[in-house]
Amino acid sequence: MIEMPVVDQEKCNGCGLCISVCYCNALILAGNVVTIVETEECGWCTECEAVCPTGAITCPFEIVVEPRRD
Amino acid sequence: MAVDVAFLKSIPYFSRLSRDELDLVQKLIFEKKVERGDIIVLEGEPAEAVYFVGSGAVKTFRTSVDGKEQVLKIVRPGESFNDVAIFDSGPNLASARAMGPAIVYGILQRDLHAFLQEHPQIALNVANVLAAQLRHLASLVDDLSFRPVVSRVAKILLEYAGNGAGPSQRLTQQDMAAIVGTVREVVGRSLKALETDGVIRMDRYRIVITDREALEDIAGVS
Repeated sequence: MIEMPVVDQEKCNGCGLCISVCYCNALILAGNVVTIVETEECGWCTECEAVCPTGAITCPFEIVVEPRRD
Repeated sequence: MAVDVAFLKSIPYFSRLSRDELDLVQKLIFEKKVERGDIIVLEGEPAEAVYFVGSGAVKTFRTSVDGKEQVLKIVRPGESFNDVAIFDSGPNLASARAMGPAIVYGILQRDLHAFLQEHPQIALNVANVLAAQLRHLASLVDDLSFRPVVSRVAKILLEYAGNGAGPSQRLTQQDMAAIVGTVREVVGRSLKALETDGVIRMDRYRIVITDREALEDIAGVS
């Protein structure tokens, strides 16, 4: 499974702004809400999250510490 | 293609106009189709027109002498950009770039000035729009002047870093901004700065802390 942005479909108003800024075709409008299409092309640019007027799409980060190579 | 009159009515500038007056505005509007990355307005150039986003999204930003960009606003359908330069006749205050395919509608400065003189009732609407933009910029100034934001972001990364034993709590940039007391755009710049310094690495959905000691120095917790 590829990690992808998360859409809260209850908050999504179907404006499609996220789709217009996505350069990897990871988002489509299905019915009146946005749905994610899994793709390795998604570079986690977070532009979809930035442009969404309702906060429906989020790109959460996992924070990890790289093990030291001693 | 002529802009839809119903769309014009929805723009705050023109909400008080009658149908006949909107028809006059429609004649002054020109349409511009842009693709992702197209620069619509360049900071510092002589101002030519005010623009309204019809579809898609536009990012307005200022650029420092060393090429760093500070995002001012994401402009969505129905909203305007390049307003200030049109009314004070100075150069463009910021650059504007299309975030994806977009359609924007513009009115030339001379046409808007002439229309305002003939229809002064839109002056209050214009003042409201400018006042809202000023509030937004004042808030951004507050956020940018809290120093050092980078060290507070560094502290957040250390606090929320997982130990690799299992899934850790995930944070969006908006979450980090809310915790730190700033805006999303400033968090984004802070993360870029930390990555440029080699302290973290952005790996798609993972923020990897590559130099924990250096990050602790920046956070002021070492």
